[in-house]
Amino acid sequence: MVNMQMTGAQMVLKALEDQQVDTIFGYPGGAVLPIYDELAKTKDTNHQIRHFLVRHEQGASHAAEGYARSSGKVGVMLVTSGPGVTNAVTGLTDAMMDSIPLVCISGQVPTHLIGTDAFQECDAVGITRPCTKHNWLVKNISDLSRILHEAFYVASSGRPGPVLVDIPKDIQFQTGTYIGPDTIKHKSYRPKLKANIDNIDDALKLIAEAEKPIFYTGGGVINSGNAAVQLLREFVRLTGFPITSTLQGLGAFPGDDTQFIGMLGMHGTYEANMAMNKCDLMINIGARFDDRITGKIDEFSPNSKKIHIDIDPSSINKVVDVDVALVGDVAHVLEDAIKLWKSKVYKVNKSQIKDWWKQIDKWKEVDSLGFNEDKKTIKPQYAIQRLYELTREKDVFVTTEVGQHQMWAAQYYKFNRPNRWITSGGLGTMGFGLPAAIGAQVAHPDKLVIDIAGEASILMCIQEMSTAIQHKLPVKIFIINNQYMGMVRQWQELLHDKRYSHSYTDALPDFVKLAEAYGAKGIRAQSPSELDKAINEMIDYDGPVIFDCVVDENENVFPMIPSGKAHNEMLLGDETEKEEISDEGKVLV
Amino acid sequence: MSELILKHTVSVLVDNEPGVLARVIGLISGRGYNIDSLTVAEVDAEKHISRITIVAPGTEETVNKMISQLQRIVPVKRAVNVTFEKQGIEREMALVKIVSTGEKRVESMRLSDVFRAKVIDTTHDSFVFELNGSPRKIDAFIDLMKPLGLSEVSRTGVVAIARGTEKM
Repeated sequence: MVNMQMTGAQMVLKALEDQQVDTIFGYPGGAVLPIYDELAKTKDTNHQIRHFLVRHEQGASHAAEGYARSSGKVGVMLVTSGPGVTNAVTGLTDAMMDSIPLVCISGQVPTHLIGTDAFQECDAVGITRPCTKHNWLVKNISDLSRILHEAFYVASSGRPGPVLVDIPKDIQFQTGTYIGPDTIKHKSYRPKLKANIDNIDDALKLIAEAEKPIFYTGGGVINSGNAAVQLLREFVRLTGFPITSTLQGLGAFPGDDTQFIGMLGMHGTYEANMAMNKCDLMINIGARFDDRITGKIDEFSPNSKKIHIDIDPSSINKVVDVDVALVGDVAHVLEDAIKLWKSKVYKVNKSQIKDWWKQIDKWKEVDSLGFNEDKKTIKPQYAIQRLYELTREKDVFVTTEVGQHQMWAAQYYKFNRPNRWITSGGLGTMGFGLPAAIGAQVAHPDKLVIDIAGEASILMCIQEMSTAIQHKLPVKIFIINNQYMGMVRQWQELLHDKRYSHSYTDALPDFVKLAEAYGAKGIRAQSPSELDKAINEMIDYDGPVIFDCVVDENENVFPMIPSGKAHNEMLLGDETEKEEISDEGKVLV
Repeated sequence: MSELILKHTVSVLVDNEPGVLARVIGLISGRGYNIDSLTVAEVDAEKHISRITIVAPGTEETVNKMISQLQRIVPVKRAVNVTFEKQGIEREMALVKIVSTGEKRVESMRLSDVFRAKVIDTTHDSFVFELNGSPRKIDAFIDLMKPLGLSEVSRTGVVAIARGTEKM
């Protein structure tokens, strides 16, 4: 019998090993030294866990998110007490909003000093309570292994999310009995996976009767896993209905498939938003009626029946009331739905669906993603189109920062597989893309990983360049450089009479020199004629690259549903007549 | 659904672990709901289960949303609306201090009898009454005591349970 007596620090590593974790992102400090010491002791043994040293704890959190999002595994991070934890808060909140499974292990001052305002003490569980799915302060060594296993269970089951385990330094030194994951069962948390079969039948009847249906799918499909993705594809093809996706759901259904009518929402395609507005049946699979999607809520899809599949009961009727709610895991629900569809020999209303497609094709003719190309300056849309065309044969992982470049990436880069598109949707965290790319590259060392960035966002976590160099992670940073916080400027143009208050980024670094300063390669492209060659040079370079793509400063993201407007009130371009935005609309974000 | 803003009583069964009360009230304030009263105590010492009773104002719809949010909290086992108008029984206890003399003192004593309040402390110039009942009964008692030398009130907040054989 193996001796299961060990120190708290050893238990942490043993628990990670038993949870099949081989990769963590972290930054050492006083309150986690015992755990770091164990990492040093297990180096070059079979029990080695790869630790990626970041340059800021926010970087660790986004790297863990990128790792989780691109691999479907739980992301793990290790930080010290006090500032280590407070720096991680942005990433934990980001993971909470986008339902990403994350385990954050933090050091804490020794138990006898808790509450004394000790050096680097903060109330970690108090601070992270609203931004984690659950968290624990370990006060007794006998609880430690159970809590660690529960942490992985809670993070990865049901609607996934971040959790935090706060371990005081004295607990890390104490010796206790380690308990393996097999004997641990959470006493009450059991998310419901299967939906009620009668409700599924109600939904199928609506689907069979529908004349103008649409699938509206979200990140929940991708979170549910590969089976869910395959079942979704099967079901969508079975029905022949059009499908649109949220920002987080891109890639679940192939982006270049004819049934896919593009992303919906504030910067979605004309056809997707019009179809949402005019449909008579909306089938929401793993999306949450986010305000970026719905626009003006009382004019949201006024004439449709709505089916909502979600694993989180609190998502049902939270924003939009639905007719059939199916609470359960997407894969489980779709599996039952397809079986029932076939056994009851349901048929869709073919001739009506054909007419519906004719209408959608008319909307497509508007060509809402069209833009004017230019010979002299690079249009940002063109830059992303070229990036897509030149990389589409490869299996590419794309992360983004937040802003105009993010929306252009979502519009012009097509994703045919899940987990390839990693972006901060709910929280909208500038600085997300580079560390997330690092995490994705760690999970997929031989794949091409590109962070499509803006020149403002990238500076928020630029220090992680150093991480990429140290760990030989060949991430490519493709900066759409328009010298503005473009999305801020776009809103100022629309809502504040072009008073560009503090949205111009003065004193930008020379990104080529910056890349070289870190020991990476810097590339700049300024005209459309040199773009393809430069992109190919970036792809071919074996190592991290910062690509400074100097683009037209004045482009805006279209189509756009302005704040407080409905889906059928889209702006299609700068040329369209702009109606005054109401005061009600101005308060919205 | 009714748009009427009423007081709703919500019973929440939770694993009695550190921080669970903070989670529950943090969620309620964080999502913009209000609390009128809150009681909490362990109700099963072996299984370490506590019962939290929350009285919250809102429409039926907002309270239902609050309940489904509460059910997201990992240590929350169940959350149910047990409002008086449905099938619940609600009780509260209050300690009410009256400082007065003469006619007012006699009148407060007489009224306390009507409400079946117990005198649990007395001096020549004061009473402390203990009163059990529905929140409305306690409100009424306090209103009546105002002109009679009402000095201080302490209330437990509402506890509630469903009628009949039904179990939470």
